[in-house]
Amino acid sequence: MLKASSSSSRAAAVLRNRTVKRGFATVADPPVRRYGGLKDQDRIFTNAYCRHDFGLKGAKSRGDWHKTKEILLKGDSWIIDQIKASGLRGRGGAGFPSGLKWSFMNKPNWQADKRPRYLVVNADEGEPGTCKDREILRGDPHKLVEGCLVAGRGMNANAAYIYIRGEFVQEANHLSQAIAEAYKDGLLGPNACGSGYAFDVYVHRGAGAYICGEETALIESIEGKQGKPRLKPPFPADVGLFGCPTTVANVETVAVAPTICRRGAPWFAGFGRERNQGTKLFCISGHVNNPCVVEEEMSIPLRELVEKHCGGVIGGWDNLLGIIPGGCSVPVLPIKKCEEVLMDYDSLKDAQSGLGTGAVIVMNKSTDIIAAIARFSSFYKHESCGQCTPCREGTTWMMNMMNRMVEGRGHRREIDMLLELTKQVEGRTICALGDAAAWPIQGLMRHFRPEVEARIDAFRLKHGNVAFGGRLSSEVDDTLAVPDNLGVRLPVEAPGTV
Amino acid sequence: MMFARLPRRLPRLPLHSSRPISNTAPKRSDALFIHRDSPHNNPQIAFKFDAENLKRAHEVISHYPPQYKKAAVIPLLDLGQRQNKGWTSISVMNYVAELLEMPPMRVYEVATFYTMFNREPIGTNFVQVCTTTPCMLRGSTDILNATCSHLGGIKPGETTKDGKFTVIEVECQGACSNAPMIAINDDFYEDLTPETTKKILDAFAKGEKPKPGPQSGRQTSENSAGLTSLTSKPYGPGEFCQPEFQ
Repeated sequence: MLKASSSSSRAAAVLRNRTVKRGFATVADPPVRRYGGLKDQDRIFTNAYCRHDFGLKGAKSRGDWHKTKEILLKGDSWIIDQIKASGLRGRGGAGFPSGLKWSFMNKPNWQADKRPRYLVVNADEGEPGTCKDREILRGDPHKLVEGCLVAGRGMNANAAYIYIRGEFVQEANHLSQAIAEAYKDGLLGPNACGSGYAFDVYVHRGAGAYICGEETALIESIEGKQGKPRLKPPFPADVGLFGCPTTVANVETVAVAPTICRRGAPWFAGFGRERNQGTKLFCISGHVNNPCVVEEEMSIPLRELVEKHCGGVIGGWDNLLGIIPGGCSVPVLPIKKCEEVLMDYDSLKDAQSGLGTGAVIVMNKSTDIIAAIARFSSFYKHESCGQCTPCREGTTWMMNMMNRMVEGRGHRREIDMLLELTKQVEGRTICALGDAAAWPIQGLMRHFRPEVEARIDAFRLKHGNVAFGGRLSSEVDDTLAVPDNLGVRLPVEAPGTV
Repeated sequence: MMFARLPRRLPRLPLHSSRPISNTAPKRSDALFIHRDSPHNNPQIAFKFDAENLKRAHEVISHYPPQYKKAAVIPLLDLGQRQNKGWTSISVMNYVAELLEMPPMRVYEVATFYTMFNREPIGTNFVQVCTTTPCMLRGSTDILNATCSHLGGIKPGETTKDGKFTVIEVECQGACSNAPMIAINDDFYEDLTPETTKKILDAFAKGEKPKPGPQSGRQTSENSAGLTSLTSKPYGPGEFCQPEFQ
């Protein structure tokens, strides 16, 4: 008893001391920081809406090609260090740290390798929902051309190929004009910007294949072959375009490089959360009042992005059904999650989705969500290159099953079969198209499974039993030996018993 | 599971009426991948680049290392298609193969892989209606129906009798913030309604070319209710830059 009281008085003393002085274990609460609300002076793409001259004169008046020579003279490691310090991550979807990726080109003793070296810019913007690179290509083409030079200097490349999708004719014209002007002005060529560095930029137009947005497929396509992805390794940084060291980067990633170098890495790193720094072009489509493309700070809350820049969801926020936050390859988020996520790589990954290309597809309650996802399945079926069996066969199979789900013609157990199928495709293909085809379906079933089940139940109520594969049991002739495992006579389970 | 590849709408026939070994419906892609000689498409029809295109072709070839001339196959097929009234005949493919010193089969492979090469003749105006989800959400089904019915009830993939229009459904064209959209020849017509679609088609039928871009009055992909960004004058050279780059 005595002991206990002494220990309690000691504890009280310790507590008293603690209030006076904080020990090592205490952490000060971090200040609450709100993201979003980027000012015009911090926007990189100042001509995103083509309101000003996109040509050389207009671009120079907006600060492009300003002291590019000084940037080039700083050398390769300075440029790469700036990009590393800025925290820039690839804007094409995968979010790989750009500075690190570019540094793979400068391996120790790279000068001994006499092969030419290439920068390839991926302007094959084909992901449904994505239309951000288009605004760069037609409004700010000089930012991209200058970016090619700066990034190319950073990785010691000899030339850059810009692979632009074939459908973008106007954009390709603007870009070609920008390149021609830059050559004429001595900004490109054997003595680019008077720095003594030789650099060429070429435009290569594609011909309509979504798969060519994958980096190795893009390389194959430039080489004049079918756009079928290559196995890695060897990685493009070792054996890429024409068998030479190559780095493939997204338009936006390359186009922001000169501005980062000029304004300083700390400026760029000052936006967004740790590990997700910078500004980003977001393209919002679907059921919003004013769909648009807008450059905003990373980590802006999704709800703020939609309400501030797009006039909100049609019918109000409560009319929202779900949002696909990063183009068709990432799973859909239900309204509850849409309220809390921030638009950056980590927050969306935690919400079991992804930032992808920053293409926000908003769907309100008027949407048939099953039909919307089934349309993505048809898209992937159409765009699968046919090289890997799981993807070639799986996308067709998924499309057929999803089309039946739209109608409700199926069995509840087929939802799990479909999910198992997506798991069999995911991760078993050379490129990520198989994964991309699987994820939207997984997202649908994760958040909207009750809707799919309700539709199946409604169809059964009307038409009677349905076998696996969609055949009505009323169509089956019982006098024939119909295999049992087709589920023709399988009873309807009560909800949640599967 | 074996029925999974059945067409979406199953035939209502009772099962015992016929019992084929396989129930799989023949699945075709957008177009057949094989070539059959026909009066309008056979290797005997001569094709050559005109002088201007030949100059352009040599300029394109110069973009690539000399031992990789075949890298120019896609741009050259595109040039050939433009010269050949919008479609890539077998003669175009053979000519490009000859020009680039590559086996014709390698050119056929490319021409069949990429969707922008039409291997059958098309109408003067090639109407491509985007129907992928972002456009679908904004009503591209109505646009497709309006287009087809306005052109005399043709189906996607068909050409009108007067040869003026070919309509196809295409996958995402990359103008999602301006959905729904159609691409006619090389130009994008965006922010459509069935009414504006009909107006555009009428103009093309008369041989005019309406102004491409959004048809709703806004510019590019800006906010149609007034700008929420880029409202001030763009900053000039050296502004806000580090001292050494000012």
